[in-house]
Amino acid sequence: MYETMLNFPGSLLGELERLQRQFDEALGAPGRAASIRSVAPGTFPAINIGNTPTSVEIYAFAPGLDASKTEVTLDRGVLWLAGERAAELPDPGERRLVYSRERTTGAFKRAISLPDDVDPAQVTAAYRDGVLHVSLARREEAQPKRITIQ
Amino acid sequence: MSNDVQTRNADSSSAAESSDKAPALIPRVDVLEDDTGITLLADLPGVPKDQLVLKVEGDTLLVEGTLAPLTPGKLEATYAELRLPRYRRSFTLSRELDAERIDANLKDGVLRLRIPKQAHAQPRRIQIQTA
Repeated sequence: MYETMLNFPGSLLGELERLQRQFDEALGAPGRAASIRSVAPGTFPAINIGNTPTSVEIYAFAPGLDASKTEVTLDRGVLWLAGERAAELPDPGERRLVYSRERTTGAFKRAISLPDDVDPAQVTAAYRDGVLHVSLARREEAQPKRITIQ
Repeated sequence: MSNDVQTRNADSSSAAESSDKAPALIPRVDVLEDDTGITLLADLPGVPKDQLVLKVEGDTLLVEGTLAPLTPGKLEATYAELRLPRYRRSFTLSRELDAERIDANLKDGVLRLRIPKQAHAQPRRIQIQTA
């Protein structure tokens, strides 16, 4: 019986290594400085950030928002995402049972420090399939440029 | 780490049919029951309608969705909290639920499933006989 308990898909050592990696990712490798605005993993909404040569792209995975009540603010190089998600749980008087209750509800606010070369005048935000996508263009003078040789 | 979002999204369309082994995120759900059935709400941000798969096999309900590739295409990921391009979760249904009549609705990344109970399984009050 105990043997089968040790039979993980893949190998046990592989699983341990994966765990170690996840811990390192979650807690930060020792000795390395974290961003002053870093948050615990699992904070709503999850955010992915990517770069292109001409822009910075931010994706917030926030399903079920009312786009008109969601605020995207850019303030001195910090992008703020704020909004609220309504609870769908029943009124106390209703004859309904709640089994699982994992989805985040209520107000949220997240901050992202932006690189210096972002142009605050050229920001667009779109909400699609539960993903809030904010695209921030880089300043013209910061974009890669080919220089002709005289 | 930094390349994950991009490279995995690139092959997401072929993975839509899903090998069960591919690592996937577990979506968060709310499950509510009332007299006529069960309502399941699942958070699947980034999954478009055509990438959502709902399957009932025997008494197992499988919910699986693949994220649409992030645009623009030439993206170098610098920070990622969401690192897998798909969600998967399965549930065991019980016998009084009518899997044939499941109603599904995906809006803004929230999947709402309504699983009705079989007509004969809906509640009725049982009279107590007195001798």
